[in-house]
Amino acid sequence: MGRPELKEHIINKDWCKGCGICVHFCPKNVLELDSDAKVYAARPEDCIYCRLCELRCPDLAIEVKKVTFNERKDKIRSGQ
Amino acid sequence: MGVKDYIRTRFFPHIWCPGCGHGTVLNSLLTAIEKLGLSKNDIVFVSGIGCSSRISGYVDFHTLHTIHGRAVAFATGVKMSRPGLNIIVPMGDGDALAIGGNHFIHAARRNIDLTAIVMNNRIYGMTGGQFSPLSGYGIKATTAPYYNIDHGFDIAELSVAAGATFVARSTTYHVKQLTNIFCKAILHKGFSVVEVLSQCPTYFGRKNNAGSAVDMMEFYKNNTIPKGSKAKEENSDLIERGIFVQKELPEYCEEYDKIIKIAKNRG
Ligand SMILES: Cc1ncc(C[n+]2csc(CCOP(=O)(O)OP(=O)(O)O)c2C)c(N)n1
Ligand code: SF4
Ligand code: SF4
Ligand code: SF4
Ligand SMILES: [Mg+2]
Repeated sequence: MGRPELKEHIINKDWCKGCGICVHFCPKNVLELDSDAKVYAARPEDCIYCRLCELRCPDLAIEVKKVTFNERKDKIRSGQ
Repeated sequence: MGVKDYIRTRFFPHIWCPGCGHGTVLNSLLTAIEKLGLSKNDIVFVSGIGCSSRISGYVDFHTLHTIHGRAVAFATGVKMSRPGLNIIVPMGDGDALAIGGNHFIHAARRNIDLTAIVMNNRIYGMTGGQFSPLSGYGIKATTAPYYNIDHGFDIAELSVAAGATFVARSTTYHVKQLTNIFCKAILHKGFSVVEVLSQCPTYFGRKNNAGSAVDMMEFYKNNTIPKGSKAKEENSDLIERGIFVQKELPEYCEEYDKIIKIAKNRG
């Protein structure tokens, strides 16, 4: 059994304008805005890699990648 | 290459307001161009003036940022002199169909091989929210404080009637469809028109209590339907999305070349 594929959300905080489009339309409710109105992946383990957030972002500020556990910078805490 | 390889990152973050649909149009266009695997050197963006027209400044292709309403005229010149290039002409609704309306219909009639993209936010965004020929009856704008009494164009019907050989419509919510349509429009030989419903939360949204960018995209989601669906018969207010026309007709530059050959042979 291989490890499940992980997703990494690469967010360019300098470009993100906090419009909330990616947050609202994510089908799995993965994303949230932080106190500075910048997006972050609150529940990355729920991401299904549809990439709609990336495709809709008007600011080219979010990218989603499939990565291995070791590659992922903010490794998921729960159960892995 | 990723889409980031097609932009001039030094000009980012871009100037558009938070949630402006024009950014999503940029995103989808880059995604389409990446999918098609076009070389940067073979693409020219020609735009006029408006928030929408600023798109040319952000892409790392050959770019011309020209004057209001005249993007199609400049693009015609580029295409006539370098017919091998892929010419993309992003325009605002005002740019394309108010001041630029005559250029638009005649380019369609000639069937010159340009990809015209109308980023339709139904308002003059750049100059502070005046109504445009796409605002439509009942809409509020800085120049229609009570409500607008002009009726709006239907860009797709207008383009079909003017002779465009590829005509399609989508929205900033329907990005997968939009990207797909962009690919087809770019590949189409002849005058192609893609209308994109693109939200301006700052002026159109505020003036018309349309809410945030998210709310305006929810509107696109809930009030548009695939072309030909039955729902339109029950509710004529629904806006159709999809490809309205896709046909082959002689292309203007090719026909012009033929005339040059005939004239030379008579020499
Ligand atoms: C000849 C001329 N007339 C008027 C203007 C002022 N002007 C600049 S942009 C614009 C309209 C912008 O609206 P639109 O084309 O819909 O683009 P948007 O900003 O909404 O994307 C106008 C009237 C101008 N720059 N040049
Ligand atoms: S869509 Fe883009 S700009 Fe808007 S909140 Fe998400 S990452 Fe930020
Ligand atoms: S890729 Fe899809 S599921 Fe994952 S965060 Fe983006 S929108 Fe949500
Ligand atoms: S004024 Fe409207 S069209 Fe212009 S950048 Fe802002 S939201 Fe976009
Ligand atoms: Mg406009």
